[in-house]
Amino acid sequence: MIEKLNNLDRRWIFLLMFLAVAVPIYVIGKTGKTFPETPSALAKATFDAIDDLPDGSRILLAFDFDPASEGELGPMATAFVRQCAEKKHKMYFLALWPVGPQLIQANIEKVILPDFPSYEYGRDYVNLGFKSGNEGVIKVIVTDLAQLYPADIKGTPVEKIPMMDGIRNIQAMDLIVNVSAGYPGTKEWVQYAVTPYPDKIRIVAGCTGVQAPLLYPYIPQQLPGLLGAIKGAAEYEKLVNDRYGGPHPDPKYLEGLRRMGPQLVAHILMILLIIAGNTLFFLQRRRGTSR
Amino acid sequence: MKRETTVWLVVMLVGLAMLVAKGVVSGVGREYVQTEQKRFVQVEVPPPIGADADEKPTTQWLPAADAAARSLTPVPGSTELGWTAESPVTPRAYWEGMKADPSRTDLRLSVPRTIGLWVAAFFTLAIFSFLYRDNPFYKIAEACVVGVSAAYWMVVGFWDVIMPNMMAKLSPDSVRWAIPDVTGEPEWAYTVPLVLSIMLLWRLSPKGAWIARWPLAFIIGTTAGLRLVAFLHTDFLAQIRNSILPLAVVDQTAGFQFWPSFNNIVLVGAVLACLVYFFFSFEHKGFVGGVARGGIWVLMITFGAGFGYTVMGRIALLAIRLEFLMDNWLWLIDPTNIHTKIT
Repeated sequence: MIEKLNNLDRRWIFLLMFLAVAVPIYVIGKTGKTFPETPSALAKATFDAIDDLPDGSRILLAFDFDPASEGELGPMATAFVRQCAEKKHKMYFLALWPVGPQLIQANIEKVILPDFPSYEYGRDYVNLGFKSGNEGVIKVIVTDLAQLYPADIKGTPVEKIPMMDGIRNIQAMDLIVNVSAGYPGTKEWVQYAVTPYPDKIRIVAGCTGVQAPLLYPYIPQQLPGLLGAIKGAAEYEKLVNDRYGGPHPDPKYLEGLRRMGPQLVAHILMILLIIAGNTLFFLQRRRGTSR
Repeated sequence: MKRETTVWLVVMLVGLAMLVAKGVVSGVGREYVQTEQKRFVQVEVPPPIGADADEKPTTQWLPAADAAARSLTPVPGSTELGWTAESPVTPRAYWEGMKADPSRTDLRLSVPRTIGLWVAAFFTLAIFSFLYRDNPFYKIAEACVVGVSAAYWMVVGFWDVIMPNMMAKLSPDSVRWAIPDVTGEPEWAYTVPLVLSIMLLWRLSPKGAWIARWPLAFIIGTTAGLRLVAFLHTDFLAQIRNSILPLAVVDQTAGFQFWPSFNNIVLVGAVLACLVYFFFSFEHKGFVGGVARGGIWVLMITFGAGFGYTVMGRIALLAIRLEFLMDNWLWLIDPTNIHTKIT
């Protein structure tokens, strides 16, 4: 038996993992029920950083991710836009990743256009688009925004955009919200924007799971709020829905919470597999020494 | 027939049969669009009221409806421009629209978008098939990903770097057809990066490959200089500052705070233990050895947390693909209520 388990075809593990993820997606998709979520201190700090600002504050939303990480970061990006819109903040979108502008547009079409029809382009939100240059872009726009962004994504000169009036650089923003999938991302925003201007620039971020451990050292002085992967997104979604969603929030604002179901089952399977693997290892070792 | 070939054949045939059955019974992935006719005319727009007397009318392209509403006549000899714009709508919106008015022609099934959806589903399954074993479907999907990515980055590099950052600076007039908002005179300083770029490409030449070392040295030097300062500031000095914490946290009103104090002690202790582990001037024996062992534990916990986060990220990626297959493609689930049949 031990020998058989030891030589188990790994494809059975793949099949188990497939079922562990697929079955909860199906059940949650059919029933609409989600697992309960308790927001962590970091999620609360992120939520408060946006919520404590006076209505109409200026928020720079940097969407530094692409469709490859949309599954992890999409829900938090949507929730960020929604909370900013609920608070009537002015949103300045930009991206350091080439596909970022499309994801910005997708969120505008998902959140702002249908649910906040009074929001007007150029007055309440603007899409500044993508600029190449990675951290070089951040280094420039902390002192001179117009040098790299003379026009928005539609080609409208910034002088003709009402909400750009009086914005010389990103130090004029009340908060930076970064959704980051890697390089360039939150680390670069902390390095080139927050650390050189600690009294003027504040940032909160949402990032992929791979990045999260690398960003923890910046908490809380350099990075007061961080949403780590889909778990962080689900906690943050819960906070936003509790405050603004009403008793029956729109299902499009529950993506992160829905995706925690497969996470739970898959993690339980992982833990069981680790325990099983270690048990097999020790049993085999004991048998080896007893021979 | 080999056993594995038989397994593949059975899986594919069963999958195909289930797909056909699902399509017949309750429908599968389709994309719908709403079309809108856009018409523009070239008109002479008079100066606004209150403008200077010497200001002349300007020629502009305006939506035909706007021009008609403002009683502006088209410029003689100009032709009207028009196209059909498509915006995606959900199947539910399509069904509701057609139920309310079956004669509507602006709502329709989009064949290209539907093909795109099915191609995306095919590629997702093709990539998953690698988990069973390497096969031609996986190879096709892999080659397409590599090819599309390379082409995409090339196009991005050309339109977002070379055109605006070099061509538009050196010769604004020559790129105005592509970037209309380019203004100003040529900036000859940009010949320096142009020359460096050409020197970099010299690496491909059979002779004189050493010429590429000069721009490479420039790139490495500037990048190192830029990053050194940022890392020193952010990841070294600021981290030292962040690690200097009070071990006993006392609030002026609430008095001694146990958990904040505990957190700070653990944080400072863990930092010191890790530093001792990487301190090799003393042999790791006795007290130093004990602390260093503690440092290893801290590092292992950190790696474990990193692994846990990575697993979570990877499962999220798997979940989104399965969600796509079940929701957008097979219509097995409908969490956002976009393709459930209306009665």
